[in-house]
Amino acid sequence: MSQHEYYSLTVNGEQHPVQDAWIGESLLYVLRERLGLPGSKGACEQGECGSCTVYIDNAAVCSCLVMAATAVGSQIATVEGLNTDGSLTDVQQAFVTEGAVQCGFCTPGLVMAVHHLLDHNDSPNEQEVKEALSGNICRCTGYGRIFAAVESVISVRKSSAS
Amino acid sequence: MPVFIPSSLSEATSLLAEHPTAHLITGGTDFMVEVNFNHRHPETVISLRKIPDMQLWNIDKASGVVFIGASVPYATMEQGELADALPALAEAARTVGSPQIRAAGSIGGNLGTCSPAGDSLPVLAALNASVHLRSSDAERTLPFSEFMIGPKRNAKKPDEVITGVSIPMTNGWQGYAKVGVRNAMVISVASVCLAIHDKTVRVALGSVGPTIIRCSDAESWINSQDITAIDDSVAVEFGNRVSQESRPIDDHRSTAEYRRHAVGVLATRLLQRGTNA
Repeated sequence: MSQHEYYSLTVNGEQHPVQDAWIGESLLYVLRERLGLPGSKGACEQGECGSCTVYIDNAAVCSCLVMAATAVGSQIATVEGLNTDGSLTDVQQAFVTEGAVQCGFCTPGLVMAVHHLLDHNDSPNEQEVKEALSGNICRCTGYGRIFAAVESVISVRKSSAS
Repeated sequence: MPVFIPSSLSEATSLLAEHPTAHLITGGTDFMVEVNFNHRHPETVISLRKIPDMQLWNIDKASGVVFIGASVPYATMEQGELADALPALAEAARTVGSPQIRAAGSIGGNLGTCSPAGDSLPVLAALNASVHLRSSDAERTLPFSEFMIGPKRNAKKPDEVITGVSIPMTNGWQGYAKVGVRNAMVISVASVCLAIHDKTVRVALGSVGPTIIRCSDAESWINSQDITAIDDSVAVEFGNRVSQESRPIDDHRSTAEYRRHAVGVLATRLLQRGTNA
C-alpha cells in the first residue's frame, strides 16, 4: 500500500521527486509544470487530441488522463527520452524531411504514436497507420505529409535491415 | 486527497472498507476529464491498475465462458484470442475513444461509470454477462441486467470493488454497431449489440434509454420467425420493433427522434449481417 502526499515518478529512467503537488494533478501537468519536461503538449485535456501522448509501462496513453500520483512505480517515457543525446530519431528526422510539421503543436504526440506503432509492427499497412494515429489530431497538415513521413521511416528501416 | 495504489484485491477491499467514500479508478480516462475540468474534487482515490487479479482474462472452452478482469484494457479485447472468442466485444472495444484511450480504459471503468453510452455495456447485456463484486468480507455475482439500475447508477455497494465479468460465448453470430457524429473518437449516439445463440436472437441497445435496453418484444417476435430465411421486410420490421422499445431523450449529443431511427437501422443491419453470415 502506498499513500502519496509526496511522491516520486520514474520518467525516462530517472527518479523525479514531486513535492507539494495537489494530488489530483494530471501526469501532463506534473511533467510540464513541475518536472520541467514541456515536450508533451496540453490542448484538450480530455484525451481527444493525443498531443500529450506518453508511454506508461510501454502503453501509449494520454498523460492528461493519468492521475500523476497513480503512476508511481510505473516506467514513464516522454518525447524528451526518445533520444537523450539531442539528435533526432529517424521518425523525427522523417517529419522534418517530409514536411510533416507545420505549427508543430501535435508533433511530439504524433512522434510518440509513430514510434509506438513501429515498435510493435515494423510493416503496418496504410489502414493500420491511420488507425494507430487516429488518436492524434493535427489541424494543419491534413495528415498527408505525416503519413508520408511514416512511409519513409518504414522503407528506410526495411532497406537498412535487409 | 490521498491516492492509494493497492497491489492485491484484499488490500483494495480493506482500503475501501476504511475509506468508503474513496473513488475507485482503473485507467482514469473518464474520471480525469472531470477532475481536469474542475467538475470533481475527490478526497480519496484508490487506483486499481496494479492489481494482478484484475488484469487477468481467460477463455474456458469447456464451460464456454470468458472471464475478463475489470482492469484489462480495451486494447487487449480488440484482437487476438479474446476477439476470436467475443467478436462483438472486439467490435465495441475498437470504437472506444482512440488507441491511447483503449490502452488505458477498461470494462471495470465502463461498469463503474455505468453511462448508458458505455460502449461495452450493450455487449454485456446481449451476451448475458455477469458482474463479479467483492468487498472485504463477501463476494457476489450479479447478472448485468440487475447490475445497471439507471443512468450512471449501478447495484455496486460502496464497499465493493468490481473485479471482473464473466461472458458466455455464443454458438451463433454476434456483432456490434454504433452511430456517432464522426467515425473516430466519439461517444455513442446510439449503439446495438446483436447475438445469436442456439438459433435465438438477442438484442441490446445503448445510449437510447436510462439503462442498456434488452428488447424482449422484438426478440420474441424475431424468434417466432424462421431466422434461417430473413428477408428484407422481416429485417426492417425487426428494426421498427427495436425502435419502439428504445426510450431515447434529446441531449447535447443528439435528439430522441434521430436516436430512435438510428437504433432501428442498426438493428436491421446487424440482423441481416448475422443471418446471412
